[in-house]
Amino acid sequence: MKFSFSSEQDEFRSNLRRFLTDRSPAKEVRRLMETEAGWERDGWRHLNETLGLTALRIPEAHGGHGFGFGELCIVLEEMGRALLCAPYFATAVLATGAIMNAGTEAEKQKLLPDIALGDTVATLAAAEDDGRWDAAATTLIATPAGSGYRLDGHKSFVLDGHTADLIVVLARAPGSTGESGLSFFTVRDDAAGLERRLLKTMDPTRKLARLTFSGTEATLLGEAGAAAAPFARTMIEAAVCLANEMTGGAERLREDALAYAKMRMQFGRQIASFQSLKHKAADMLLDVELAKSAAYYAAAALDDGDEDVAATASLAKACASDAYTQTAIHAIQIHGGIGFTWDNDTHLWFKRAKSSEVLFGDASHHREQMMRHWAA
Amino acid sequence: MSEMNEASVRAEVRAWLEANWNPELGLIEWRNKLVDSGWGAPHWPSAWHGRDLPTGLVPVVEEEFKRIGAIGVAKAGIRVLAAATILSHGSDMQKEKFLRRSLTGQDTWCQLFSEPGSGSDVAGAVTRADLRGNQWVVNGQKVWTTSAHKADWGLLLARTDWDKPKHAGLSYFILDMKQPGVTVHPLKQMNGHASFNQVFLTDAVVPPEMLVDEVGHGWAVTTTTLMHERRGADGLRSWAVGSDRKGRCYDEERAEIATTMEPYKWYPQRAGRVDLVVKRAKETGRFDDPVVRQEIAKLLTMSKAAEWTARRARTAQEQGRPQGPEGSLGKLASSYIARAAARVHTQLTGADALLTGEDSPMGGVIAEILVSVPATSIAGGTDEIQHNIIAERVLSMPKEHSVDTGRPYRDVPRNMAG
Repeated sequence: MKFSFSSEQDEFRSNLRRFLTDRSPAKEVRRLMETEAGWERDGWRHLNETLGLTALRIPEAHGGHGFGFGELCIVLEEMGRALLCAPYFATAVLATGAIMNAGTEAEKQKLLPDIALGDTVATLAAAEDDGRWDAAATTLIATPAGSGYRLDGHKSFVLDGHTADLIVVLARAPGSTGESGLSFFTVRDDAAGLERRLLKTMDPTRKLARLTFSGTEATLLGEAGAAAAPFARTMIEAAVCLANEMTGGAERLREDALAYAKMRMQFGRQIASFQSLKHKAADMLLDVELAKSAAYYAAAALDDGDEDVAATASLAKACASDAYTQTAIHAIQIHGGIGFTWDNDTHLWFKRAKSSEVLFGDASHHREQMMRHWAA
Repeated sequence: MSEMNEASVRAEVRAWLEANWNPELGLIEWRNKLVDSGWGAPHWPSAWHGRDLPTGLVPVVEEEFKRIGAIGVAKAGIRVLAAATILSHGSDMQKEKFLRRSLTGQDTWCQLFSEPGSGSDVAGAVTRADLRGNQWVVNGQKVWTTSAHKADWGLLLARTDWDKPKHAGLSYFILDMKQPGVTVHPLKQMNGHASFNQVFLTDAVVPPEMLVDEVGHGWAVTTTTLMHERRGADGLRSWAVGSDRKGRCYDEERAEIATTMEPYKWYPQRAGRVDLVVKRAKETGRFDDPVVRQEIAKLLTMSKAAEWTARRARTAQEQGRPQGPEGSLGKLASSYIARAAARVHTQLTGADALLTGEDSPMGGVIAEILVSVPATSIAGGTDEIQHNIIAERVLSMPKEHSVDTGRPYRDVPRNMAG
């Protein structure tokens, strides 16, 4: 449904919001973001036992609940709102997406049930040091070795890459170039020759790792040499999911800034009574609502199988990138000096806005993608 | 009608149309029949040309009209506003005199609210109506009056009491436009069109029975008119397409639409013509310019997202759910889109943007976009007013401190003399 939610979806959202308000207050976000892992197994287990969130989109045949992107994106919007510290995006969007898009039936049977249960935390390693999320940029080499493969090279900007139990890796055959010769592989966290380093991230709620592979044993996922298309599909899904996550964060920032403006008195009146702030607040509402409309539309376009979903996904990501960043800038400005302090929570979402703006390509990149798909 | 439901209404209107619709009737003759039957304004009270139909069932009637190709009552914006206002606030005499002739299209109307000194602040009107002997005498100046030169009647907002605060001193009248005290001058706009008029009122007279509602109640009546205007703003763009069928009734309707729509012919350009952007980019060879591509993509993103936001609002309305804030944002979004579109059209047009008319691209359409877009953020409520409305009504932010509340209007500062 592109323009509305069902009453079941609305109820799902309000349950989630209650749960996340309770489980992920700013205090808890601050505690977890200071840890090296960035999340905790107990909280993760609770999330999946109570609400079955990693199982949401996985088909029932593979141990999941078989919902669509409509529901998945509600989860992401609410998590973005609560700034939940958990490896959910890496597991339920990226790794699950890659496995579902590329894997054989047998591979899905083997990998997905443990993800659905929340027992396996997984991620996708695609970008390298140059920070490009297009398949052609891949340099990591996969060499056949016995019945499996060995990987040599590196990956970077890997979401929760330092803590994931299972890593889906995009690599290429020796001597191949461009979009040919690309394959997905799975690597366990304890594989020999895998080195994982936590990167220092500007957004402490979004942990990234650099992975080095030195003759690391890997298992082929899907058809050898045919990963370009399922990877592209996975990145389209990721753009839509991230756009929805971003609108949740943007709305939270907007609401908090508005509440502050109504409470803060200067010159003997609420600063919310000043026209300069009222007009800013109206523009913030417009930015966020437009971004929500685009994100909701794109999620439904994935479920509906729209032919131009690649364009819609990029539109939604570009729209959300600009809206979230602009909302964050306004939110700090409305808070004034206190908004620039570490103790005020605004910067947590500001940093998430920044990291989301750039992750999987910035707004300019997605605008160009949109033009290529749409207006060609 | 004992029980009204979709099926019974559909059957009844269909039977009536099949028995009565005849495209060879004169337009006014047909509409008189329609008014007699109550199917012309079925949601109106049965005492006044309607059938007391719940508004939810009106689309059923419209569908049946469309199915058979029958013409409806006059829908041109201002007639509808006049009729709706008189229906809500008018006396029985006024209803008797005006409602039927508004529905048939025999009477045309104009709206005399805005003044040179009161634009966004409509309630700050200073056109005065003074009771002299047994009639009201009106003096002042009105502006932005669409179709005043053709109108039979004007909906007039005038100040009748200068000792009361701003809103309380206003009254609402029906003014006969065809009288010596009324002078109409076209107002030429920066894009060369003259869609509006200035109306000079010099000892124009209004008989007492043409006061609408009571003395001092003018603002409440004005609010009713403006509410219907806002509600109809979207409709205006869609209704004005005549049928291409043959028949006297269709011919006369086409002529009516052509007259009514004449002032609005530049409105598509005012909105920025986003629909032309990709085509123009390809024609002008700028399509591969990465800078231009970014600007086009930004424009298309905003335009699509605004369209989807409007759909969200409409869907909520159709489902009978409470409308979220998305319903109040369309006007503001369309201003931003129009400006962005004008910027992109300028980029695409290059030196040709120096030209206009037949020397310029698309026979002047592009030039007309560039000089029409500034109207979007002003007409129908400026961006500044839209921001205030969103902030106060949607976001519940406090109202600006007001300096004219509770003060006799004669003491309120007005425009400085030049």
